[in-house]
Amino acid sequence: MSEAVVPDAMVSPAVGGLYGEKAGGPMLDFSYVGIDAILEQMRRKAMKQGFELNIMVVGQSGLGKSTLMNTLFKSKVSRKSVLATAQEKIPKTVEIKSISHDIEEKGVRMKLTVIDTPGFGDQINNENCWQPIMKFINDQYEAYLQEEININRKKRIPDSRVHCCIYFIPPTGHCLRPLDVEFMRRLSKVVNIVPVIAKADTLTLEERDFFKKKIREELRANGIDVYPQKEFDEDAEDRMINEKIREMIPFAVVGSDQEYQVNGRRLLGRKTKWGTIEVENIAHCEFAYLRDLLIRTHMQNIKDITSSIHYEMYRVRRLNENNTMVAHANGIPEHHLTAHEM
Amino acid sequence: MCRLLTADRRLYHQTEPWRHPEGAIFRCNGNGTASFAKQSSRGFVLRLTAATMASTEIARQAGEGARAVPLSGHVGFDSMPDQLVNKSVNHGFCFNILCVGETGLGKSTLMDTLFNTKFEGEPTQHNQPGVTLKSNTYELQESNVRLKLTVVNTVGFGDQINKEDSYKSIVEFIDAQFEAYLQEELKIKRTLHSYHDTRIHACLYFIAPTGHSLKSLDLVTMKKLDSKVNIIPIIAKSDAISKSELAKFKIKITSELVSNGVQIYQFPTDDESVAEINSTMNSHLPFAVVGSTEEVKIGNKMVKARQYPWGTVQVENETHCDFVKLREMLIRVNMEDLREQTHTRHYELYRRCKLEEMGFKDTDPDSKPFSLQETYEAKRNEFMGELQKKEEEMRQMFVQRVKEKEAELKEAEKELHEKFDRLKKLHQDEKKKLEEKKKTLDDEVNTFKQKKTAAELLQNQAQQAGGSTTLKRDKERKN
Repeated sequence: MSEAVVPDAMVSPAVGGLYGEKAGGPMLDFSYVGIDAILEQMRRKAMKQGFELNIMVVGQSGLGKSTLMNTLFKSKVSRKSVLATAQEKIPKTVEIKSISHDIEEKGVRMKLTVIDTPGFGDQINNENCWQPIMKFINDQYEAYLQEEININRKKRIPDSRVHCCIYFIPPTGHCLRPLDVEFMRRLSKVVNIVPVIAKADTLTLEERDFFKKKIREELRANGIDVYPQKEFDEDAEDRMINEKIREMIPFAVVGSDQEYQVNGRRLLGRKTKWGTIEVENIAHCEFAYLRDLLIRTHMQNIKDITSSIHYEMYRVRRLNENNTMVAHANGIPEHHLTAHEM
Repeated sequence: MCRLLTADRRLYHQTEPWRHPEGAIFRCNGNGTASFAKQSSRGFVLRLTAATMASTEIARQAGEGARAVPLSGHVGFDSMPDQLVNKSVNHGFCFNILCVGETGLGKSTLMDTLFNTKFEGEPTQHNQPGVTLKSNTYELQESNVRLKLTVVNTVGFGDQINKEDSYKSIVEFIDAQFEAYLQEELKIKRTLHSYHDTRIHACLYFIAPTGHSLKSLDLVTMKKLDSKVNIIPIIAKSDAISKSELAKFKIKITSELVSNGVQIYQFPTDDESVAEINSTMNSHLPFAVVGSTEEVKIGNKMVKARQYPWGTVQVENETHCDFVKLREMLIRVNMEDLREQTHTRHYELYRRCKLEEMGFKDTDPDSKPFSLQETYEAKRNEFMGELQKKEEEMRQMFVQRVKEKEAELKEAEKELHEKFDRLKKLHQDEKKKLEEKKKTLDDEVNTFKQKKTAAELLQNQAQQAGGSTTLKRDKERKN
């Protein structure tokens, strides 16, 4: 009983056009309805609710993961800063440590959760070291799913799903190691992976370019789709922007939480005998691009892809699992079951 | 030591009583709260912070679950609201309004006036047999915001002689929209992101301007709808009521609603930027509106108005009617809140009731969480069992029917056989009779033939004898 009709008198430009033409009185514009006030309402609601972001950092020990986190969020958010007894020993298995922080900037509140994975890639035999990580990610999806299918569910389901996983590639300058390829291949299917070249101040610019090209080739050859994924581009504009980003990944980053005096300004950087590497200078390293991608432009997009694509895939898989288990129990062939559970 | 956040978003932390620039005096109570000793002339809103609020000056402290961390520089996530808004703009918004009211109260005109456009449709007749709901979807755009607006009209409401069931079709419609959303949410492969949300976000209830009180039909309908949708009651065609009558009418309506326990939509007062305006508007409910799409020249401007011989009612004049207030509240201030309330309160309630009705529970009597899978299995088995039983029943019935039919047919066959036998016998009798007759006839014919032959023979003999005598005589003569 409903039809989508565009009233003939109206259509879009009419209202907008009239808006400019009614110059009769100074205040009331009689053709202005006020629909766009909803943007302001949404903004108010978002500011009141605050945002959540869960980032996981994966990489061998000593690659500067904690420092990079601290640099990204300009505060002491890493595990080492928080835990009173910073463990110097490398754990025997991969552990998952997640710490939450509340940060606020210009009235916008964010609950940032940094998930650290000490012990990854540090053993002699690194087989299946991605399993605890995959289990953790799937557990978060499971928790969200359980809450979602509850009958009495909370107003705002707490979102602990991992939105983004930053994978640290050691700066060998040659190519990806089998561990890197294996890990990224498995995890790019369940979470958004952003690969970065850690400690990039050990590579010259030519070495860096060569390394990056090699990495991109290997990713393509193995069919690994890292963020921003090609298949999730929504329209031509998106594709253009994302293509530019895809040409630059993996970002070669340098992290630092110490400030030095450079040219009269205090900047974050690393001071060495042969010069000071400025972290936020794009001629020195690509940290600024990473920060812009993650925080300033694509944060909402990352969260959307996690919730509408990765989580939905998990949900479909999980609900189908239920189906097949029930089917086999009842001896009913699978093609008799419909998509509706109820 | 306590920290205070004032309405102008400035953060203070003090230990001794101190004076805010606006004039109020605050005192720290030492347990995280503060009280103010004197209210400034502005009477601004005081808000106390919780431990999760952080600022660049406060030292870090360990909270439960999450720590507040100071930032030593600009990170850039303050663009998050902008990112969110941009995404929503790209996606578009949708808003669904339901207009409930008797025919002829000016519902369509009001929608036209509210959204500054002429929606299609002609005035409905008064002879509808029941209440039907007609919904139309329109795409509106203003600057860069695209809105998919659905206006649902109740056709024939209040026109019947027996109005007992009028509210039923409205409730069914609202429930159907919830059900559609619930089905989409429960699908395995779902596309919630691009789903066209048809749930009713606001229900404008048009009250006839009698000036006395609410009709019982209104009360009953509103009572049935208040837990399913956000109801905003408005007095339609309010230019028929004088100002003093209007004030009394409004008071009477509000008191009747309260005494009957009808929960109408209250504009939210928890967000400080809109709390003030919303609370004043709450006191003006129900809004007395006048709708008009015709324009009249007043002074040197064309304004929407209704022209009478005794004067002109200007729609957008706040002293004439509450139209501007309605537009402010419905569209410019609370559209998002209406959508949120629909989703988080009314839809959740519907969902909970529906799922419980179907027999799902969150925890079993031992308060161990029911695995949804077990419940599914149990339900499925039950369902399958029922299906099988039904199938058996149908099979039995079928077999029985077949038997009956067979018996009937057999009967018929037997009858036919008998009839056939009878006829055959009859036929044989006839035949026999005929044969006898034929025989008799044959006998007679034979007898006759014999007689004839005998007679001829005699005749011949006689002739011969005569001839032979003649011959004898001849012979004798010869001799």
